[in-house]
Amino acid sequence: MQRLQDIAIKVESPEGVQASHGNALPILYEILHALQRFSTEGEQSCIDLRSLPFGPGDEEELLRLLGRGEIHMTMEALGESTIWETAFSGVWIVDHRNAEGERVALQIEIGSVPQIVFSQQEDIVDAIDRLAAQLKEH
Amino acid sequence: MADDRKKLSMTLGESLRQQGVSRRGFLKYCAATASMMALPPTMVPAIAQALEKAKRPSVIWLSFQECTGCTESLTRSHSPSVENLIFDHISLDYHHTLQVASGDAAEAAREAAMHENEGKYIVVVDGSIPLANPGYSAIAGISNLQMLEETVAGAAAVVAVGSCAAFGGLPHANPNPTGAVSVGEIIKDKPVVNVSGCPPIPTVITGVLAHFLTFGSLPELDALGRPMVFFGQSIHDRCYRRPFYDKGLFAETFDDEGARKGWCLFRLGCKGPMTYNACATAKWNQGTSWPVESGHGCLGCSEPDFWDAGGFYNALSIPDSDLTRKTGYVVGAGVALGAVAGALNRSTRAKAAAKHETVTIEDLDKKS
Ligand code: SF4
Ligand code: SF4
Repeated sequence: MQRLQDIAIKVESPEGVQASHGNALPILYEILHALQRFSTEGEQSCIDLRSLPFGPGDEEELLRLLGRGEIHMTMEALGESTIWETAFSGVWIVDHRNAEGERVALQIEIGSVPQIVFSQQEDIVDAIDRLAAQLKEH
Repeated sequence: MADDRKKLSMTLGESLRQQGVSRRGFLKYCAATASMMALPPTMVPAIAQALEKAKRPSVIWLSFQECTGCTESLTRSHSPSVENLIFDHISLDYHHTLQVASGDAAEAAREAAMHENEGKYIVVVDGSIPLANPGYSAIAGISNLQMLEETVAGAAAVVAVGSCAAFGGLPHANPNPTGAVSVGEIIKDKPVVNVSGCPPIPTVITGVLAHFLTFGSLPELDALGRPMVFFGQSIHDRCYRRPFYDKGLFAETFDDEGARKGWCLFRLGCKGPMTYNACATAKWNQGTSWPVESGHGCLGCSEPDFWDAGGFYNALSIPDSDLTRKTGYVVGAGVALGAVAGALNRSTRAKAAAKHETVTIEDLDKKS
């Protein structure tokens, strides 16, 4: 069955290509300023793309302009998340999906590595227990 | 039963860990919750800290004069989504459409939940309450008014879901044959949050419940009792077609060149300028699109008396030149999105709403 998010909403433009609504550029400025702040002051930041009033084509345009960089990751936790560095070092996209593949958050993170990629202390403690238990069996 | 009790006493952090959800999974859940509550991602650590310790609140859902559209809206958000995770972490103790029990057993469940969670449970209401004659709407022989007053007496707060519960909605439309009123007109001694919309956006309903679950408090409300995070800005102020509006580019019919090019729908009756709701950002059908994006003007469904606010296809009675002059169109960084540019004050909109011609039954008869 075709899923709702697969039905594309398109607005015709004279050239017959998907029009965007000019909302990508202001976000790029915001990213530039955030990147400058990270470079000089080490301040990390994050933009929730779902809180922005994008029109059809805006998100695609923004992601196209940001491009792809050297790193691409997937994370399996409550559904698959895709994380990649854009063509601009320090600018990351974090695309969280649920188990059904529906997007639950889309963020732009400015920093060396998105926060969620780091191993978390709670999981490390749990890992020590599990590894120790496994060793006991041998 | 014992299992249920154990689940109730566990915090959300504990129960997620017990289900084998990693810390990363939990942080992802928090990021999605922040996005759903329309809070900035900088709030994620605070949300994580609060959710870690959050306990499942008991929720009693009462349905009065309604069409079940609000429940449909909520349950159409497909499983197993983050919204559902929220529902795993509230205890929905009574909802006569969704629960298995019926008749006396259902009423007993409601009474048990009220008794066990005295002073702490949330009452969600959809539908308006008829005051003209209690016989117009009753459940298990109990009038809507009596059930509302009785159930709310021990509640922490009330969430009025949908325009009927929030403002009277369709049953309250002229000539209001059942004497329908909103929850807020009856309940004066408890906090009432109005989540209006016909129906409301599902993530807005769950967002409000998530706020209570996370912080144990209610979000900041506007003058009409609606959460500011979702209802703080008008559809018009966040509409991606706004730059067309500001340039005076309007669709005049639903199939003209302007309509095909996605121009502003103001002249086709869009009520975006006087309507406060989150459709332009939260969108509908899992973020697929929203009415204006699909080419139809906003009907104003989250505002009081929208059924009586003139025809859906009549342009608002604010002259568009007036709006353009007051808002202007500012381009550049900092101002960010075209859709965010300029804001009209509320009184302009209120005046426009007041100027609306109202439609009577006689008018409808004449037209048909
Ligand atoms: S009038 Fe309607 S379509 Fe036009 S900009 Fe405002 S909200 Fe968008
Ligand atoms: S666009 Fe307007 S009428 Fe449609 S759901 Fe949103 S607030 Fe209601």
